[in-house]
Amino acid sequence: MAMLPLPEEQMIDRYGPHLTYEPAGGWQTSEAPDRLVQTHCCFCGVQCGIQLKVRDEKVVGFEPWTDFPVNQGKLCPKGVKRYLQNNHPDRILAPLVRTSDGFREVEWNEALTQVVENIKRIQSTYGKDAFALLGGASLTNEKAYLMGKFARVALGTANIDYNGRLCMVSAAAGNKMAFGIDRAANPWSDIPLAQCIIVTGSNIGECFPILTDYLWRARDNGAKLIVIDPRITPIARTADLFLPVRPGRDSALMNGILHLMIERDWINHTFITEHTVDFDKVQEAVATYTPQYTAEITGVPAASIIKAAEMWGEAPTSMLLHARGIEHHTKGVENVLSCINLVLATGRIGRPGCGYGTITGQGNGQGGREHGQRCNQLPGGRDIDNPRHRQEIATFWGIQEQDLPQKGLTAVELFDAINDGKIKGLLSISFNPMVSLPNAALTRAALEKLEFYAAIEPFMSETARHADVVLAGSLQEEDEGTVTSGEGRVIRLRQSVKPPANARVDWQIIVEIAQRLGKGEFFSYNQAGDIFSELARASAGGPIDYAGITYKRIEENKGVFWPCPTREHPGTPRLFEGGQFAHSDGKARFHAIQYRPPAEDIDADYPLFMTSGRVVSQYLSGTQTRRIGPLVDQYPNPQVEMHPQLALKLGVKSGDQVRVESRRGELTLPALVVKTIRPDTIFIPYHWPGHLSANRVTNRVLDPISKIPEFKVCAVRVSKSSCGTLASSVIASEAKQSLLEKELASSPAAPRNDTGLPVLRRVLGYATEQRG
Amino acid sequence: MTMEFFVDPSRCIGCQACFQACAECDSHRGISMIHLDFVDRSSSPQTTPTVCMHCEDPTCAKVCPADAIKQTAEGIVQSALKPRCIGCSNCVLSCPFGVPRYMPAQDQMMKCDMCYDRTSMGLSPMCATVCPSGALYYGPREMLAQMRRETPTNTFVFGRRVVKTKVSMMVGQEADALDIDVSNFMAGAEH
Repeated sequence: MAMLPLPEEQMIDRYGPHLTYEPAGGWQTSEAPDRLVQTHCCFCGVQCGIQLKVRDEKVVGFEPWTDFPVNQGKLCPKGVKRYLQNNHPDRILAPLVRTSDGFREVEWNEALTQVVENIKRIQSTYGKDAFALLGGASLTNEKAYLMGKFARVALGTANIDYNGRLCMVSAAAGNKMAFGIDRAANPWSDIPLAQCIIVTGSNIGECFPILTDYLWRARDNGAKLIVIDPRITPIARTADLFLPVRPGRDSALMNGILHLMIERDWINHTFITEHTVDFDKVQEAVATYTPQYTAEITGVPAASIIKAAEMWGEAPTSMLLHARGIEHHTKGVENVLSCINLVLATGRIGRPGCGYGTITGQGNGQGGREHGQRCNQLPGGRDIDNPRHRQEIATFWGIQEQDLPQKGLTAVELFDAINDGKIKGLLSISFNPMVSLPNAALTRAALEKLEFYAAIEPFMSETARHADVVLAGSLQEEDEGTVTSGEGRVIRLRQSVKPPANARVDWQIIVEIAQRLGKGEFFSYNQAGDIFSELARASAGGPIDYAGITYKRIEENKGVFWPCPTREHPGTPRLFEGGQFAHSDGKARFHAIQYRPPAEDIDADYPLFMTSGRVVSQYLSGTQTRRIGPLVDQYPNPQVEMHPQLALKLGVKSGDQVRVESRRGELTLPALVVKTIRPDTIFIPYHWPGHLSANRVTNRVLDPISKIPEFKVCAVRVSKSSCGTLASSVIASEAKQSLLEKELASSPAAPRNDTGLPVLRRVLGYATEQRG
Repeated sequence: MTMEFFVDPSRCIGCQACFQACAECDSHRGISMIHLDFVDRSSSPQTTPTVCMHCEDPTCAKVCPADAIKQTAEGIVQSALKPRCIGCSNCVLSCPFGVPRYMPAQDQMMKCDMCYDRTSMGLSPMCATVCPSGALYYGPREMLAQMRRETPTNTFVFGRRVVKTKVSMMVGQEADALDIDVSNFMAGAEH
C-alpha cells in the first residue's frame, strides 16, 4: 500500500530536500533580466507585492515592487529568497509512478490512466465517499474553486477538505457566528489609525513581518500596544503592556478585561443596543471574572489585567488582531468569540482605525476558504447543508441537487477515516500532513493503509513520498490566477515562467482527470481566467460575493476588496460601516463564553506546557523553504525554547540535547535557554519532519466546531538527554557553514554568548546567530 | 530632495530580511555585507542591524597601509580595492562601528557600500527597501521627520574623538549627538 518505496535516506538523496544558494546561471551582475514580472510572494497571507526577475525563462531573483501599496517594496527573508525555489534540483520534472524500488518517470498518459482507474475502482467497490480529496490554502482561488467542483461534480465525493483546517477555521467559524461573514473587518491601512492595539496570539514580527511597519506607524501616531503571548516576541519586546498568558487561557483573559470594562462603564451602550444581540448573556458570563479570579486562571498579574482594561477601555480608536495563537485550541472558536465580545462591547468597529481582524497564515488563507474547497462549503461561501445554497449551486453547475454530496469529513477526521479503513483512496495537492498534522505516527499509519494515493506536487514532500503516483505540478510562479490576502483584497498572480520539462500547471492536471472521468463538459476551461469568471459568477448573491471582480479591475486597482457584487461596485475595504453586520437582522452576535481548560492540562507526570509555532525563515511544513539554503542557514533545526529557571531545574544549558515527551510521543532537540518564555512553558517550531517534528508530541484533539487541532497547548515532561551537547549540529547545515566554524575555531576572538554556543557573528559577513 | 540613510535599531525585529537582501544586490554576488546581531538572545529578542556609517573622515581608510579603501565623491566608503588589499585587517580593528570584515574566501576586506550600484542609479539600497520594520530607512529627511518622533544624529562622540557620518542614527528627541563613552559625561569632558 502507500508505504515508503525506499528507505528515507534514499528518498532524501534522490528527491531532497537539498539546498540551493545561487540563482539559475549563477551570480550575473552585468546581464539585465529579460523581464520583471509584477506578482506576489508565495508565502504568508500578507501577499507582498514583488517583481520576479526572469532570465532565460527562469526566475533568477527579485526587485522590490515599491508601488504595491500593501508592502511598498518591503519583504521578509522568505520573500527575498523565494525565487530560489525556482529551477531547483529537487523539482519533480515529470509524473512519477511508484515501483518496487522507488519511483520511475512516466508519460502523463500512463500516470493519469492509473489515477483514473484507481478512482473508478475504489469508488465502484467501496462507494463514492471512499475516495477523498485534500487541498491547500496556498492554492489560488481558481484552484480552490476547481477542487471543490471537481470533488462534487467529477468524483461525487463528500470528502474534500484542505490544510486550512489546521490554520484559519476557528477564526472563520467565530467570525461567521458573530458577524455573519468570514473576513477580517478592516484593511490593514486602519492599523496605523488606531490609538490602542491588542495583538493576541500572533507573533507578527516573525509570521507576518511586513505588518510590523503598520504597528510601528500606529505607535508613531501615539498608539498604545498590548501584546498577549506566552513568549516575549520581537513585537512584545517594546509593547506598552505585555501579558504573558498561560497557554490555553485566552478566553478567560478576554472575559477578565471585559469584566472590568463593564464594571467601569467603558462600554458603548448605544452601539450595543442598536447593533448587537445577547450582550446581557455575556455580561452575566463575565461577572465572575474579577481581576483576581482571572489572574489565577491566566497567570497574568491582576494589575496588568486592570492596566489592559484601562488602555483598551478608554481608547478613542482601537484594533484587535489575533492569529493562530488563540485559534489552535480545542476552544479556538470560543477564544475568537471572546475577542470579538471585547471589540463589540466598545462599538469600535466599522470606522477608520476601529476594528478587528484575524491575520491569515497561509498565502491564500482567506481565498482558499471561500470557494468550496472545504467539506462544509460551496462556492461563494455558501453552506453545503443549506437547502437554498445547495439548489443555487446545483443549478449553476447544471446538476441535480440530490447529486450534490452532503457535508464530508474535515482534514483530521479524514485521516481517522483512512486509518479506520473507511476511506481507501486519496488525491492531495499542496498539503503535507506528515509534517503538519498532530501525532505524526498516526498520520503515517493512515497513509500506509491507503489502497491508492496520488499527490500533485512540485516537490517530493514527506507525504508525497508515500504516493503511488506523483503528478508533477506547478509552483506559484508557474501559473496565474488570484489570491485573497488577509485583509480581503483580491490580488493577481502572474505567470512568470512555464512549468519546467514535463511538469504541468496544477489546474490543467485536475481538469484532465475530470475529462478522463467523463465529466469534461463541466470543466471546459482554456485558461485560469475562465475559472475565475466562473467562480465570480458562482459567488453572485452568496455570502462571499466576487461577482463584480475581474482580472482587469484587480490589475487597475492593485487589488479589489470583496464583497464586490457588481462591475460598478468599488469593493469593500472596511466591513460593518454604520454598524451593519451580515446577519439577516443586520446585528452582530455576542456569545457568552465560559473558560474551560485545554484538552490536556499539565499534571504531576507531564508538568510543562508545550506550545508550537513558526520561525521567520520557514513557512508551514517547509516543503519549499527547507530547500532554500539561506533560509535554512538562518534557523537550521528546531530548538526547545525554555526559561533559565526551568533549565536550572533540569540541569540544562543552551545547546544541550533535551528529551521532550508527551502521551503521544517524544523527540530530542537542543535547548535554547532564554528569558523570553514563561518558565512553565516550552516552545518548539513545527516546520520539520520525522524525528525533528514538534507534531510527534502535540495533541490531536479537535475544536468541536472548527475541527482545528490543539497545536498550541499540550502537557509534556522534559529531561536532559544522554545524547549530550550537539551545538555544532544546531548551527551547521552545509559546507558553507562548516567553513564558518573552522574560521571561528581558528579565531581566539570568536565571541561566545552566555548560552555556551559560539556566536557566529560577523565572520565572513555571515550573521547566523541562534534565532528564537 | 536628498535621499539619506537612517538606522533605528529600536524598531528591529531581527527577521534578517536585510541580511538576505544585501546578498541580492547585483554587485554583491551572493555575499551579504550587513550585520544583524542579537544583543543578548538569552535575555531578549532585541537585535540590531549594522550598516556602514560611511564616516566623513573614515578611520578604516586612514589606517590602511595599502591605500586600498576609497571614498566616492558622494561620500560612500567602499570595500578595499582587490588588487591593493593585503588582508592585514587594520580596518577591521580600527572601525569604531565594527563594520569591515576580512573575507578569507575573497582575500579582501568587504563591507557595506550602501548598494552603490543601486543608489548611484537612483534606486534604494536593498536592505532599507525590504526592511519590514523601518529599522533601516532610506529617503528624504523631511519625510522621516513627518513620520517619526525620534530625531536623527550623525555625530558620535567616542571619548574625545568626534566621528561624523553620512548615515544617521535615530535617537531620542532632544539628542543632537550620541555619547558613547562614560568619560564623555565626566568633569572636564569636551567635545
